[in-house]
Amino acid sequence: MTDALLQVQDLKVHFPVREGLLQREAGSVKAVDGVSFELRRGETFGLVGESGCGKSTTALAVLRMIEPTAGRIVFEGEDVTEHTAAGMRTIRRRMQMVYQDPFGALNPRMKVQDIIGEPLVVHGLAKDRSAWRARISELMDLVGLLPDMADRYPHEFSGGQRQRIGIARALALEPSLVICDEPVSALDVSIQAQVINLLVELQERLGLTYLFIAHDLSVVRHISDRIGVMYLGRIVEVADRDTLFKNPRHPYTQALLNAVPLPDPELESRRPENLIAGEVPSVRNPPPGCRFHPRCPKVMEVCSQEVPILHGEEATGQVACHLHPPGD
Amino acid sequence: MTAAGDASAGGAPLLDVRDLSVSFRTDRGLVRAVDGVSLHVEAGETLAIVGESGSGKSVTALSILRLIDDAGSIDGGRILFDGEDLLRHDEATMRAIRGDRIAMIFQEPMSSLNPVLTIGKQVGEPIRLHRGSVWKQAYERAAELLRRVRIPDASGRLKDYPHHFSGGMRQRAMIAMALACRPRLIIADEPTTALDVTVQAQILALLKELTREANSALILITHDLGVVARYADRVAVMYAGRVVETATARALYADPRHPYTAGLMASIPTLDGDVEGSRRLATIPGQPPDLAALPEGCAFAPRCPHAFERCGQPPPLEETEAGRFSACHFRPPSGRAQVASRSMEKVS
Repeated sequence: MTDALLQVQDLKVHFPVREGLLQREAGSVKAVDGVSFELRRGETFGLVGESGCGKSTTALAVLRMIEPTAGRIVFEGEDVTEHTAAGMRTIRRRMQMVYQDPFGALNPRMKVQDIIGEPLVVHGLAKDRSAWRARISELMDLVGLLPDMADRYPHEFSGGQRQRIGIARALALEPSLVICDEPVSALDVSIQAQVINLLVELQERLGLTYLFIAHDLSVVRHISDRIGVMYLGRIVEVADRDTLFKNPRHPYTQALLNAVPLPDPELESRRPENLIAGEVPSVRNPPPGCRFHPRCPKVMEVCSQEVPILHGEEATGQVACHLHPPGD
Repeated sequence: MTAAGDASAGGAPLLDVRDLSVSFRTDRGLVRAVDGVSLHVEAGETLAIVGESGSGKSVTALSILRLIDDAGSIDGGRILFDGEDLLRHDEATMRAIRGDRIAMIFQEPMSSLNPVLTIGKQVGEPIRLHRGSVWKQAYERAAELLRRVRIPDASGRLKDYPHHFSGGMRQRAMIAMALACRPRLIIADEPTTALDVTVQAQILALLKELTREANSALILITHDLGVVARYADRVAVMYAGRVVETATARALYADPRHPYTAGLMASIPTLDGDVEGSRRLATIPGQPPDLAALPEGCAFAPRCPHAFERCGQPPPLEETEAGRFSACHFRPPSGRAQVASRSMEKVS
């Protein structure tokens, strides 16, 4: 792919587990274990999965806010993993993050202008105070906040407005990639739609590329061009939005889609209740072979013995499941 | 004024809340969290109370069990349960009712289970307390209940502590506790919001199945319109402390009458339907209501595409057709839902 903005290749993030008096390393938690995907310029790539699947850890590793254990992360042609801390500073100007919790992510003692304008100061991008203020007004206007509220503190804003502040801050350095980690899940339903629309609009205006992480499949479906489904540290399926929702191939993707109730009592009454049993096992001690096999309704003998490899063409979708072997 | 509680045909409903008002003392003065709420639940029925933060849905639920904390007070109304007004009972009588005839399931199973007591003790407690059983019997019944909520090796897990259980298992244990005395009414406040989707589906299916078996009524408090569609018979939509619309789930989704309900339905992305061509969702403009500074009249008016002069007066909850109630001055012509949601889009 020539138009890839970000390529993640065989990314691993393992956390050591220490035990006993001497805190010896007793093993490791493989939070992300061999994840590969690609983001094309201007697209939204959704990453979905339940708790412990490693979607947020993947995001933090791309930004190197967590050190990857292995793998390559190629961003705008450069391997991010080879950079020193100083080199990362320049790269982080180009990739920014929007966080889930609009309450916890903003410093309550800072004025909105300082929150939004801080990255400009850190990276020495404001010539003088009036240029700095002008840029802040521009950013506030861009995300639908009134620039004359720049002197206020976060607590004076509602949840949706605070998320707009977080987005303005992320956009201050004109990044090409914005990583959104559950950006609307803390918001009320009527406010979610406003923030989703804002993200779509900003993408169209600024040509942004999004890595969109969420557990809500309807939201991910709405905003994403392509979607990766994660389970216990691995990607089990990648496909473009319509393929994934119309023709999910991995049994876990199917189970996820079945579990989501549709907002339509008519449809729901005709829908077979097709639920999978069990819960996501601990990442500390993942099942061998396919990590989904203990919960899989279509489990075969091979599933507990061999790890299925993610394969297939980018265009038609990729799947990691023994039901769909390579060359199938 | 017509009360939604009078809507039931034949016989008094199991629970009949009439004109309930609850307020809280806050830094910003007295805030009315629930303002003249009327709703009813029939025996064996599932009523969903839907609303966003600050709508008063949880406060309404806690008031039914008289579990409002010291900062709050129930200012008026009646809560008729099996014909008796719960607001007239003393604390001892309420304690006898809680966990016996009315049980509650909370959102956070970790914080509502006692971390230093075993699961067996906690599930067995209501049986011992309300049925006067000795511990041995209570434990046997607890094991039976844990089996019914499908916890594997139930009797072996009585001695476990809550932290030994996963999130889904804790919520199963909470359901076992709630079912212990075969309550007539179970109130579940966002029972699966903290859980993963696949586990959420299991827990809700289990809750629905077991309440149906016991012929218990269920009040399901949630913000998730998908959950409501799958599990509720009837729905009450709340906004800023008031019920703005009630209807059967089917009628409500097919044809939402109140502009807030219509806006809410239009603003959620769905798993079916076409995304291409409409990457913009319909939105409800503005911010959620500030309970300390509500407008006079209809609280939704500042965000409503249909607002007109009359909305400066509070709209009563009125029956618009059999079984349907709406608190809105605006009377849309037929084909209402579409009209309402389309005009929402225009505004956004």
